[in-house]
Amino acid sequence: MVDLFDTNSNSRVTEVTIRLAGNSQDGIQSIGGFLARLAGRSEREVMTMMTIPATISGGASIFQVRLGSGEVLSPGDKADVLFAFYQHSYDGHIENLRRGGILVYDSDHVEPNEERLTDYRHIGIPISSLTVEAIGGTGRDKGKNIFALGLIAGMFSLDATKLERLINERFGAKGESVVQTALDAFQAGYRHQSDGITNLFRLARGGAERSNQVVMSGNEAIGYGLIAAGVRFGAGYPITPWSDIMELLRRELPKYGGSFIQCEDEIASVSMAIGASYGGRVAVTGSSGPGISLKAEAIGWAVMAEMPLVVIDVQRGGPSTGLPTDVEQSDLNIACYGGHGDSPRVVLAASDVEDCFYTAMEAVRIARKYSVPVILLTDQAIATRIEAFSEPDLKKICQELELDLTPVPTHKPYDLSSGDGLSQHRPPGTRIEDGLYPVITGLEHDETGHVSADAVNHIEMTKKRRNKLKTLADELPAPELHGPDSGDVLLVGWGSTKGPLLEAVEEFSNNGNVLSTLHIKHINPLPNGLEAIFSQFKSVYVVEMNDGGVYGYGQLAGVLRARFADARIKGINKTAARRWKVSEIIERVDARQGELKATA
Amino acid sequence: MSDSATLEQPPQDIEERQPVTKKEIASNHPTWCRGCGDFSVLSIYYKLIQKRNIHHEKVATVTGIGCSSRLPYFVQAHGVHYIHGRALSFASGLSISRPDLHVFIFGGDGDAFSIGGNHFIHTARKNIKMTYVVMDNFVYGLTKKQTSPTSPLGFRSKTDNWGALDRPINPMKLAISAGATFVARTLHTHPKHLLEMMDAAMDHDGFSFIECLSECTEFFKGAFDASNPRKGGEFNLVPEDHDPTDEAAAYALAGEDFPGRFGIFYRVQRPTKNALEAGVIEAAQGKFEGEQAPDILQATFNKMK
Repeated sequence: MVDLFDTNSNSRVTEVTIRLAGNSQDGIQSIGGFLARLAGRSEREVMTMMTIPATISGGASIFQVRLGSGEVLSPGDKADVLFAFYQHSYDGHIENLRRGGILVYDSDHVEPNEERLTDYRHIGIPISSLTVEAIGGTGRDKGKNIFALGLIAGMFSLDATKLERLINERFGAKGESVVQTALDAFQAGYRHQSDGITNLFRLARGGAERSNQVVMSGNEAIGYGLIAAGVRFGAGYPITPWSDIMELLRRELPKYGGSFIQCEDEIASVSMAIGASYGGRVAVTGSSGPGISLKAEAIGWAVMAEMPLVVIDVQRGGPSTGLPTDVEQSDLNIACYGGHGDSPRVVLAASDVEDCFYTAMEAVRIARKYSVPVILLTDQAIATRIEAFSEPDLKKICQELELDLTPVPTHKPYDLSSGDGLSQHRPPGTRIEDGLYPVITGLEHDETGHVSADAVNHIEMTKKRRNKLKTLADELPAPELHGPDSGDVLLVGWGSTKGPLLEAVEEFSNNGNVLSTLHIKHINPLPNGLEAIFSQFKSVYVVEMNDGGVYGYGQLAGVLRARFADARIKGINKTAARRWKVSEIIERVDARQGELKATA
Repeated sequence: MSDSATLEQPPQDIEERQPVTKKEIASNHPTWCRGCGDFSVLSIYYKLIQKRNIHHEKVATVTGIGCSSRLPYFVQAHGVHYIHGRALSFASGLSISRPDLHVFIFGGDGDAFSIGGNHFIHTARKNIKMTYVVMDNFVYGLTKKQTSPTSPLGFRSKTDNWGALDRPINPMKLAISAGATFVARTLHTHPKHLLEMMDAAMDHDGFSFIECLSECTEFFKGAFDASNPRKGGEFNLVPEDHDPTDEAAAYALAGEDFPGRFGIFYRVQRPTKNALEAGVIEAAQGKFEGEQAPDILQATFNKMK
């Protein structure tokens, strides 16, 4: 960690975490967006954390951005700098600032707490009145965010020219006067000299020259990943935090000759998507928590009828309406098992924004090859945060899912002959020369799709649907182990816990302890070879953002225990509806190891 | 995997294909009870396919759950037996993404107006191009005689031993008010009229809905006796001077007491969802003439730097 506060003026730091706290209508998120884009255009990694308020407007809103010169793995635990726009922002977030950190507050609205003056370096700036002075009063406090952006640019010696260009791009469509107002606000903040806070710090240059970066949120990465994979049809119903993806696809797909249909409900959405998949090209639907429950019957049909489908589940806090704008990893069970009967489906989980892009592509590939529904789990934290990542080589990776209506001499939609469970879907429009046409059905069926309740047939068809997942498992890459391949403790994670786990392992090793971490991306089926990895560690802790349940382990841990019958697999769980902090993981692992020693 | 699936145009009928025969279209023998009205609908569907000479691959038959929804197994063509109540949604995805097909949906009154009621309203409102034939028997037959959403008041079923209490849905009124652009009513005992309605529905550019009274001889025998003319009489058809573009007149017809009228109640032209979405695509693609997907996506990514 960098000590910002023993530094002399103009010293260089390798990373900094800034938290902005205000109200949702203040445009705080857009400051984060500008900084992320700036970082994407510079030689800096950026990862940001954003929370959105549960209230539509007028509620508290925060944005935390961590800017770093090297690889940034997590959004940072405590902030180095806090911007507090209101008294409630000051009171509510001061504990998130690390001791000795810089607290910039709007002196028009905030009365600092006398007792805390020595804990943090307080800098009061009349942000509201200075903004009104700079751009004229509209009475609605607009422009404070851009003024604050200017302040930050000044404090950290950021590239003001690039930021001004970004402001131009961002507001260009709204007309010249809007751009000018924004630039005025930015300049006023940038030139602000009080307390000599300008040029306090300078971010060190990154190491190696980096390739081009793109900057986007996890939800955007999912949407563009689907487009790159050739998806041209989708259907959905609005629900937070999935809605961004459907809005993006609704807007973007027509450019590619595709459509996204807003439906009357979740069931219609998944059904329309399956109907389009049946039409010959893999389609997508998605939702969050409650919506996934509603889609369950139709997903089961797609398993039975062997139709390809991609279902995005942007997880939020549950159960029921739960915590719509907070993060949790508690949909793993419904993704794997959310259907009646034996209904094997594929479940993948993305770990960060970049991974959202590539995992969306992988989901389409698997759905198509195996004619199976693929559920892609992301979560509210990845969905809404912005990261920069190396620009994909689109010419190389983009694919079209062409409609193949080549006539065939004969066709069995549920052909059992291959033994690996795979069979091919022939969409309507395909001429089948022997005149025997398929029925695609949710009733148990024979190889032609005609109804069969025969016991032997049901055994064979159940095996077929299960075997294709085994075939898929054989082609999955072994998961990557970070750290030594044997030792006392293995931390297992999935989804967005990857970054914090990697950092935790790094921190442990800085303190002389040896730990390893394993990230599981393919949840169902699991990749082969996990047993051999687990056997090399004395303890295996599965770190998840869900409940440890009645028996002390969470949802992935439950899957792993069922698979390996290994009682050493235990859970480290969290249900605070917030992401894991690196320090929390370290504390919890230390406590566990302490208990082990005490009982030894 | 076959990432390199080649672009194949839908096969052109270069060689002269023989007209479709009934033998080619008929598949498994229907599992319906003797005397079921659904036989009549199936045989008229065969007739329609023959009359219009629709080759197997040009049509898709989609159903939900119910006695009538078994129909795809009896037709030798691409067919789908989907889940209860959601056939319209499935068919909508197919219709919008595959304009080269004519999509037929068959179902019963439970499928259409009870579990699938919401989809019926929204499919009508969106005017998605396809033909929906509801074989309305006023009872749940597959599950053996429970009250259906169209069961008349007082109908004694296993779920209403004392007679149905809930006011039945009027499918014609529902369709008209939801915004359907083709609304017709027919009955299984008048095959010529049924074929006429299905023929007209297929010609309609939009969502075409037909309610076909189809008797369940097992659980609601004689339900539609009043609709059949006595010897020498005539079916109670829509009056010749009825203007099917007049919504109020159509609604008034729909309100007539049982057995009511048969024919086209309402028929208007309104842009289909299919055409509207195609228009959105055309407008969006206009700005990217000649550009491939990677170029278009690259242009977007360039703004995200």
